[in-house]
Amino acid sequence: MAKTFMKPEALSDQHTHYCPGCTHGVIHRLIAEVIDELGIRGRSVGIAPVGCAVLAYNYFTFDFQEAAHGRAPAMATGIKRVRPDLMVFTYQGDGDLASIGMGEIVHAANRGEKFVSIFVNNAVYGMTGGQMAPTTMPGQRTTTSPFGRNVEDSGMPIKVAELLSSLQTPGYITRQTVLKPKYIVKAKKAIKKAFTYQLEGRCFSMVEVVSTCPTNWGLTPHEAIQWAEDTLLSYYELGDYKVPE
Amino acid sequence: MQKDVMFAGFGGQGILLMGKILALAAMDEGREVTWVPSYGAEMRGGTANCNVVISDRPIGSPVIRNPMHLVVMNRPSLEKYGPLVRPKGVVLINSSLVTADTGREDIDELTVSANDIATEIGSIKSANIVALAAFVARSQLVDFELLRECVKYEFSKNEKLININMEA
Amino acid sequence: MSKVLMKGNEAIGEAAIRAGCLNYFAYPITPQSEVAEYLAHRMPEAGGVFLQGESEVAVSYMIFGAAGCGAIVFTTSSSPGISLMSEAISYIAGAQCPAVFVNIVRGGPGLGGIQPSQADYLQATKGGGHGDYRLLVMAPASVQEAVEMVMMAFPLAEKYRNPVMILGDGLIGQMMEPVDFPENLKTEPTNKDDWASNGMDTRGANSPNIVKSLFLDNKLLNDNNMALKAKYDRMKKEEVRYDTYNLDADYEMLIVSFGTMSRVNRTAIDNLKEEGLEVAMIRPMTLFPFPEEAIRQASLKENCKAVLSIEMNMGQMVEDVERSVQGKVPVKWYGTCGGDVPTPEEIMNFIKEQK
Repeated sequence: MAKTFMKPEALSDQHTHYCPGCTHGVIHRLIAEVIDELGIRGRSVGIAPVGCAVLAYNYFTFDFQEAAHGRAPAMATGIKRVRPDLMVFTYQGDGDLASIGMGEIVHAANRGEKFVSIFVNNAVYGMTGGQMAPTTMPGQRTTTSPFGRNVEDSGMPIKVAELLSSLQTPGYITRQTVLKPKYIVKAKKAIKKAFTYQLEGRCFSMVEVVSTCPTNWGLTPHEAIQWAEDTLLSYYELGDYKVPE
Repeated sequence: MQKDVMFAGFGGQGILLMGKILALAAMDEGREVTWVPSYGAEMRGGTANCNVVISDRPIGSPVIRNPMHLVVMNRPSLEKYGPLVRPKGVVLINSSLVTADTGREDIDELTVSANDIATEIGSIKSANIVALAAFVARSQLVDFELLRECVKYEFSKNEKLININMEA
Repeated sequence: MSKVLMKGNEAIGEAAIRAGCLNYFAYPITPQSEVAEYLAHRMPEAGGVFLQGESEVAVSYMIFGAAGCGAIVFTTSSSPGISLMSEAISYIAGAQCPAVFVNIVRGGPGLGGIQPSQADYLQATKGGGHGDYRLLVMAPASVQEAVEMVMMAFPLAEKYRNPVMILGDGLIGQMMEPVDFPENLKTEPTNKDDWASNGMDTRGANSPNIVKSLFLDNKLLNDNNMALKAKYDRMKKEEVRYDTYNLDADYEMLIVSFGTMSRVNRTAIDNLKEEGLEVAMIRPMTLFPFPEEAIRQASLKENCKAVLSIEMNMGQMVEDVERSVQGKVPVKWYGTCGGDVPTPEEIMNFIKEQK
């Protein structure tokens, strides 16, 4: 009998530490599938962030390095410059990439570093316990915005895809989500495109993935998907923001 | 025996290069030598200076507060460093730009109109070499012929400049 | 090979290339920017990697990434920049990666000044970043020695899988001196297949290497840090380096001094000898590990009445000297912290006052 469902080779046999309804697992799987399909597992190096995905290397079956908070793009730069043949990607959350690591991601993108950044945006700090992120929505309650994000104090949520696409250096900048199967198919295509650009040595790629955090949003997994679709997707619009010529 | 000299002037006068050429000549003579420039924000005001120490033994401090000799290419440098020179030292003043003197009796003062001489022989940019040559001729810090070789070496990319006539 | 006249900063860059390090990431800061300026043309010429990062923070993680995937890599900076890099240095030490950091020290705290200083002694030898780690620290006293120490630093970093720091100062960086590049200090690439994330295909393996400093399990963190401690203990046994001056004389006082400051003391010692006062000096060439035993032995000499820690900082080395002397004779400090290198006369006056 033929198998109809298999775990990608690039994914390990670990029980997940992610919460129910969290989208990290789906995104991990998409990356693993793409790496399998492109046959690049033996020369892939992932960079784990600080955040819920700090232990991402437990779920993959290829080399990893673990960065300090926000510094993954600098580490990826270091690797890619000395070993251009390695397939390098960073996996970062919104606190990591859009707050403490904003400098590193902007400059890596602007230099056109030939690696992929997977940016998981769930509008909240996950691992540290639900604090406000640069991408937290106006009025959204978090443990450090107990009365809802006040944009007078904290400004508007940062649209990273739009921001990076304003750079003059060519690159592939897209925003996807994995809230529903129809989105997942598109997201995988985008991730594959990003890794393909790297394989071809063409450009820097950033795939922003709008995600959930039921635990810190105080919602059930189902409610979380609904809220994300209604609230996040109307602010963080999906689509390609920049494609290389 | 340890000897030292300070070169001082405006940025762009080739002050650091004068010191470097002297240091090269001293190195070629097989002696110990250090060259220390002023650097950083100090240079932004437009002044430049460097210290060269030449010795037969390993050099202790390369930083000299009271130089043995002084070559000044502009007036502010004369006012600032002239009083610091140790007695009996050679003080070379670029009289093309500096009309004053040290007013000191205990030093060997030498005036050379370096800019004018340099212009005469073809390029005002060579004023530093004119002054350096005059200084070395007077102070005998290094062999004059060796200095000539080092000037050639340093300008090896520019034939025209090699042909400058160094009058001491 | 004949000698060449070179500026310290440029000689440091050239030394790295000749040692076999072809990967350099850096950010400009006075008084070390000439290293980056030199390597900006020299690295590509040598077929190496040169990249000016957007900050010292980013640069230090480029170093981490490159070291983590097995490359021989280094950076140079000056005090405030090293403060920014200290986070990554902690991570690199924790993840046990080899890397070389050169600090051309300027005055502090804060922006301080740009003149020569030794005020990063404690930062270099006692931490800088967070957590249980040490750096192997070497302090050159001339451009020639800076070259040799840079060339020695790479194999040492590889040997211990630990960051090595060269602690120079503005004078070492800016000064020109004749230099002879040693031919015998090439870094042999070591096999890093058992730990580096160099890609599974590269090492023909099917199991991943993870370069990390996170150990959430208490026992694993303890194990990792005990392994670090074992390396630092080994450094104390095998890597202590120092130089002596006038130690055969019947000296009345012993100076402990490193780097640029030690050169001035040498002149002071020569001059005092002519005046009939014998003074000796021990110059630590490694600041960690510190030459404790040599200093202790030297301080026990019959007529030695005091040990003088002479530094271009407010006395950061005094505790290490005291620890070495173990209270047998008084330890006194002399120094400046503003950027002026003390003159031999000032040192002589201080020494005479101690009689």
